[in-house]
Parts: sequence; structure tokens; C-alpha cells
Amino acid sequence: MTTAHTEPLAYPFNEEAGLAVNAAYAAAREAAGMIRVRMPHGDPAWLATRYADARLVLGDRRFSRALAQESDEPRMSEYRRPGGILGMDPPDHTRLRTLVAKAFTARRVEELRPRVARLAQDLIDELREHGQPADLVDLYALPIPVAVICELLGVPVTDRPQFREWSDAALSSTRLTAEESDRSRAELRAYMAGLIAEHRAQPQDDLMTALIEARDVRDRLTELELVDLCVGILVAGHETTASQIPNFVYALLDQREYWDRLCADPALIPTAVEELLRFVPLGAGANFARYATEDVEVGEVLVRKGEPVLVAIGAANRDRLQFSGSDQLVLDRDDNHHLGFGHGVHHCLGAPLARLELQEALRALTREMPGLRLAGDIEWKTQMLVRGPRSMPIGW
Amino acid sequence: MTWKVEVDGDACIGSGMCASLLPSAFTLDGAVARAVSDTVEPDETVLDAADSCPAMAITVRDGAEVVGPRP
Repeated sequence: MTTAHTEPLAYPFNEEAGLAVNAAYAAAREAAGMIRVRMPHGDPAWLATRYADARLVLGDRRFSRALAQESDEPRMSEYRRPGGILGMDPPDHTRLRTLVAKAFTARRVEELRPRVARLAQDLIDELREHGQPADLVDLYALPIPVAVICELLGVPVTDRPQFREWSDAALSSTRLTAEESDRSRAELRAYMAGLIAEHRAQPQDDLMTALIEARDVRDRLTELELVDLCVGILVAGHETTASQIPNFVYALLDQREYWDRLCADPALIPTAVEELLRFVPLGAGANFARYATEDVEVGEVLVRKGEPVLVAIGAANRDRLQFSGSDQLVLDRDDNHHLGFGHGVHHCLGAPLARLELQEALRALTREMPGLRLAGDIEWKTQMLVRGPRSMPIGW
Repeated sequence: MTWKVEVDGDACIGSGMCASLLPSAFTLDGAVARAVSDTVEPDETVLDAADSCPAMAITVRDGAEVVGPRP
């Protein structure tokens, strides 16, 4: 068992353009124990890169997100992002999570499939009208999840240009100063508080109204929790999927036979989406460290009480002990228990919805535009928590 | 009176939600979760786990009556 602390490596490893997984992850995964890393700000941390270690740290109650809020959490900038629901442990976390869980179960979300499929088809018609080249991000990848989450939550989709800026700011890692981050967050909160007031006066058949009722009638959450939960759902509800749609297309086009195979055999779409969720490293690096609340052994390392562990999901998803041919895209891979949506109590609330949107987005594109190709240089996001194209010119 | 707990292994997606929330009642030692024991003492957290499951794979019964997930 290793307990000696060596000099931590500078972290994150990855370049932001493209979707490569840095070689340093594989080196860490193959070596004994866990390595120590240091982000630009906050405590040095252990880095979990193996599948089994990642699942242990994310799923074990002895690792806390709430403790990270009271600690000097590893992070990219001096600014401390307020944790929201991702900064809570059970039972506080459970109290909020159970209020929204039902809206996102696989069964409930499945009812939205025809609507999402139609939306994708309509957007492709608009792409054709727009002509080539067209930006896949702005004209396809963003509008799908934005329309769905706005409708589900009760946010006017016409406000999209306004909240795109706020939501970009919420996921920025180093682009903004602390003051700019705080100001943007305050604006987004005020915007949401205004919508909540409207919904209070005039209840609708949407998730915001249900959450208002949970507060006003059943006293299950505070006003600030209500506002932040709505903000969190709006931001998380579209930015991630909007990044993964072009990421998936990029990964498939990178070796064209994969794209062609999916066009020829749309029955592969469900397993292909799972495989792409495994293969594409969405995070710009591990984030949201878990702090040990007692001594815990992870990957033959004794993590001491009070020490943080960062979980590199992109690396764990390439662990050959869990996935055979782990660096290959296998569109019909089965038993694919990837960690693309995380694991444990913070497992992505919107996973069933994201899955459905990704499936329908790819289904419509492969059906309608089998000749799809890159028609210019991709501009990649930088200084963000997630990786993906900011714009991606396509032709067809 | 104890409750009866079932995890539908076909529906379970192995999110780890239940096993993280209440390891005394749920375990994830393979790809999908299972109940540690068929019966549990009535406990609000068991219902929370059933409510939180993204696959709605957990059913909790008090006698013949389904008490979780809650409507």
C-alpha cells in the first residue's frame, strides 16, 4: 500500500481542441496506486483513472461533495463555483433530487420521443433552407436540447440568446473573473426568480410549477434552492447535450466508416450512443472532487480522511480491464456500463433525456444527411468545463 | 411489519443511486443492483431510493400495497 505523497503533477492534462484523451491518463491508469495532481487552485488531490476506482469513489458514501464546499476544493480559477445540488450529500441532496427525479425517469422521458424526433426533422429542413456550409452547433445541436428543456421546465424558448450567455458563463472555467462570474450568476438567478413569480401567479403544467408547489404547499425546499434548482436544470439540461451532438458527429466522421455504418444500419443507434458516451471525453478534465470523510482504500492507496480525490471519467471509460478494445469505437458494444453520466447519488439526473435526444439527433442526421462532411475549420470551446465545438461548419 | 423490496434487474441501469443512498438495503456488486435482503424495516430512505431510481427499477411493498416509488 502506498501512502507516500510525491510531488503532484500539474492538472488538467488535456489540450482543449479535439477529443483526444491525453497519454498521461493511460500512464496513470496502468501504474500502481493513484497519482497526485494539482489544479491551478485549491488542494492537491488524488486522481482516480481506473474504472473500479472511479466507481468506488463516485458511489461510496464515505466520499463527500458537501465537504468539498467547506474545503479548498481543487479548481481552475480562484472563483469558487457555488455547489448547488452537486455540492450536497444525502439526506439534503436526496430531499432536492427526489423532487425532480420523477420528471426525468426513462418512462416519463420516453413520452417525449415523437416530439424530439419531429424537432430534429424540422431543424434539418431549416438546415437545407439555410444552405451549405451551415453551423451544426447553432442550427441543430443547441436548438434540440434547448427547446426540450425550456418546454419541460417552463422557460420561454425565445429567451435563448439571453440565457445562452449566462449558461456559457456558468460552465466557464477560467474565461471570466470572479466578479464577472458572480454578476452573471446573479443575473441568471434574477431572471429565473422573475419566471418563478410569473408561474406562481399563473401556474402551468410544467416542472417549475411542480417545484413551486413543493415549496409553497409542502415546504420541501427554500426559495434560493428553488431558484438554483431551476437554474441548474436549465444549464445542465442543454449545454452538455449540445456539446455531445457535434462531438459524436466529429468522432464518427473522424473514421468515416463508422458514420457510413450508422447510416446503413440505424438499428445500431442505441448501442452506438452508449458507446459514444463511453468513448468521447466530455469533461475538459476531472472536476468536482470528492473528499474522504474517513480513511478509505482506493486502488491500493490509503486516502486519508479529509483528502480529495478527482475522478477522471474519460480515463475510466477507456479502462481495458472493463472494456475490451477500450480505445476503439465499437458501435454494437454490449454490456456497456460506462460512466459517461457519472455514478452514485449524483448520477446525471437528465441521463434518460440526454440519451433520447442524442439518439433522435443522430437518427435524423444519418437518415437525412448520409453525405454529411466537415465544410470548414471547427472552432473548439476553450476555458470551459466541457469540451466540444463552439461552431462546426458542415456540408451534406 | 417489514417491507418487501425488489430490484428489477432487467430495468436497472446500474446508476449506483440506490447503493450509494442506502448500502444496507441495496448493493451493486455486478453490473446491476440488487436488494441485500428481500425485506427491510420501514425506512423513509428506502422510499427515497425508489423515488430517485432513474430506471424506476425499485418496487417497495407493504403487504400487497405498493408504497414506493411514491406517486
